[in-house]
Amino acid sequence: MTVGAWEAFVLIVRRELVLSFRRPEQLLQPLVFFLIVTTLFPLGLSLQLSLLRDISPGVLWTAALLSSLLSLDGLFKSDADDGTLEQLSLSGQSLTLIVVAKTCAHWLVSGAALVVVSPIVATALGIPVAAFATMMLSLALGTLTLSWLGAIGAGLTIGLRRGNVLLSLIVLPLATPLLIFGAAATERAISGSSAVGAMYFLASVCVFTCTLAPLAATAALRITLE
Amino acid sequence: MWTWFYKLASPPYVYGIAAAFVPWLLSAAALALCYGLVAGLAIAPPDYQQGDAFRMIYVHVPSALLSLTIYTVMAAASAVALIWRIKVGHAVAAASAPIGASFTLAALVTGSLWGRPMWGTYWAWDPRLTSELILLFLYVGVMSLRSAFEDPARGDRAAALLAVVGVVNVPIVHFSVVWWNSLHQGATVVKLGAPSMPGSMLWPLLAMWLGFMLFYGAVLCMRLQGELLNRERQALWVREAIKS
Amino acid sequence: MNSAADGLCVEKVHVWRGERHVLKGLSLKVGPRELLHISGPNGTGKTTLLRVASGLLRPEQGTVTWMGRPISSSSSQYQAAMAYSSHEPALKSDLTALENLRFAVGLKRRVTLQELRTVLDCTGVGPIADLPTRVLSAGQRRRVALARVLAMRATLWLLDEPYSNLDASGTELMSGLLQAHVEGGGMALVVAHHALALDCNVHRLELNS
Repeated sequence: MTVGAWEAFVLIVRRELVLSFRRPEQLLQPLVFFLIVTTLFPLGLSLQLSLLRDISPGVLWTAALLSSLLSLDGLFKSDADDGTLEQLSLSGQSLTLIVVAKTCAHWLVSGAALVVVSPIVATALGIPVAAFATMMLSLALGTLTLSWLGAIGAGLTIGLRRGNVLLSLIVLPLATPLLIFGAAATERAISGSSAVGAMYFLASVCVFTCTLAPLAATAALRITLE
Repeated sequence: MWTWFYKLASPPYVYGIAAAFVPWLLSAAALALCYGLVAGLAIAPPDYQQGDAFRMIYVHVPSALLSLTIYTVMAAASAVALIWRIKVGHAVAAASAPIGASFTLAALVTGSLWGRPMWGTYWAWDPRLTSELILLFLYVGVMSLRSAFEDPARGDRAAALLAVVGVVNVPIVHFSVVWWNSLHQGATVVKLGAPSMPGSMLWPLLAMWLGFMLFYGAVLCMRLQGELLNRERQALWVREAIKS
Repeated sequence: MNSAADGLCVEKVHVWRGERHVLKGLSLKVGPRELLHISGPNGTGKTTLLRVASGLLRPEQGTVTWMGRPISSSSSQYQAAMAYSSHEPALKSDLTALENLRFAVGLKRRVTLQELRTVLDCTGVGPIADLPTRVLSAGQRRRVALARVLAMRATLWLLDEPYSNLDASGTELMSGLLQAHVEGGGMALVVAHHALALDCNVHRLELNS
């Protein structure tokens, strides 16, 4: 009796989560990086908290982007290295399903974790609590889109020398709209005006990416697997 | 009817027509560029607002248009190569990428030089300039990805996929002045309806655009010959071609 | 005697690895109750041939068919009926042997943990089924990989150097399982650089450079 798509999806997500939690230090590293990078800006600029508020959306988003990139490299790498990626591709399940499951699991442990940690960072940057909801929602959409862009990049750069540098080179140009609109949404929320326009844009970029990126990421993986 | 399409999939055939086209494309380009430069730099009257500084348009606009066109050509060739497994497509994409990147850089630099007298700054983070810069990064990404693989066939396919994914930026660059409040001037030529520029300024611009396109065609053919020879170096036709 | 429609058929495949013409128009057939032993010196393309047969590698020319249909268009049916074992055991080092099997086999068919434990007992790694595979020896990992192939209940086995790292009892176990599989109606494609001492219907394909 063959295994249905939903069952397979759940099994793969479970596999990824079990693997991630067996190495908790690898989960924490990008979060710690996020915290460290955000402290670099105020230290480097030695601004008072009230002035820091002006640059805080940009700082928050740049730090979130960079720390997400750190964990993207490992999306397919470990499976490719020990040969289990091949086994997955021969499991009878569609490669797209496998890619979707892995990327969703990856977002759960990286992007979602970032969203949860963001209020701490936001407080350190002087962002008012009233802006938190918008900020967290925008980060959630942004990190999800980034996980998908990263899946395409990771699929293309598996096993390359300096693959993580190339991954950043590929993903960052595509991710700049996220930075622009995510920071804009947070900015508007801080100043009290309506962030709805920027959020709609962010949401539409997210939906567009989540629809098309699985196909591109699967194609990228096929190119690498061959 | 489809036989010409199938012929285009054959490297020696494409090599032959590329070699044949080069002299025609170069001479046509030279003619168009000569007319464009003379008419644009010397004959067209100075703009009432910008004076002679506006003449940067004759290099800046064609470069920018070409940066977008070449990316589209590269993405289309990549798509053809990926879908139908036609290797000539990869050769066209590989040949076009550095040319496109150069034109993008030229557009950014000429734009920057033009921006100084016009807007008082060499650079502004407005949508069009930013998206054009992203285009440059995409070109560099495609070229880097191709060269990062040890197996050239795999490198071609990975770069092709990236080119296709990145093509979403091309309409963003073009429509950025429409969708957002931009410092950059709106569309004057490539838009629906009549161009909003007088004839004496427009014709040299169109001539320069045509000249740049023909120049791209000529350089593409020259580079394509080199790419095909390199990729097919084990094949018999290459040895024949080198001998002759 | 055996037609192409009841098993695996590889026809005239060509594969280039960069500039090297690794496989030059090779063909093979495996039907029920048959074992094909692919042998030859290093570098002659044995692993490449197995990967082409499994569908991991697309040949530049030639076709691979399963039950008469090309595997590129019927990949899910083909993958459901076959089990591939590569030269490395392909196990996640952070997962236990049992978990490895559960996540691998569980994608192909519904299995209970008890069933998997039984299979692991069969291959002699029952007692260490709950240890992370990174602490296992190479031979033990090979046995876990073998258990994975067994648990998949596949008709066609594609095995690349399945005897590597196995001790005497392991080798006997491997041969016994192969024999039982083939005699029970299954088929197998085995890449091994040494001779196989098996009683069943063994054909041999020798690759040379």
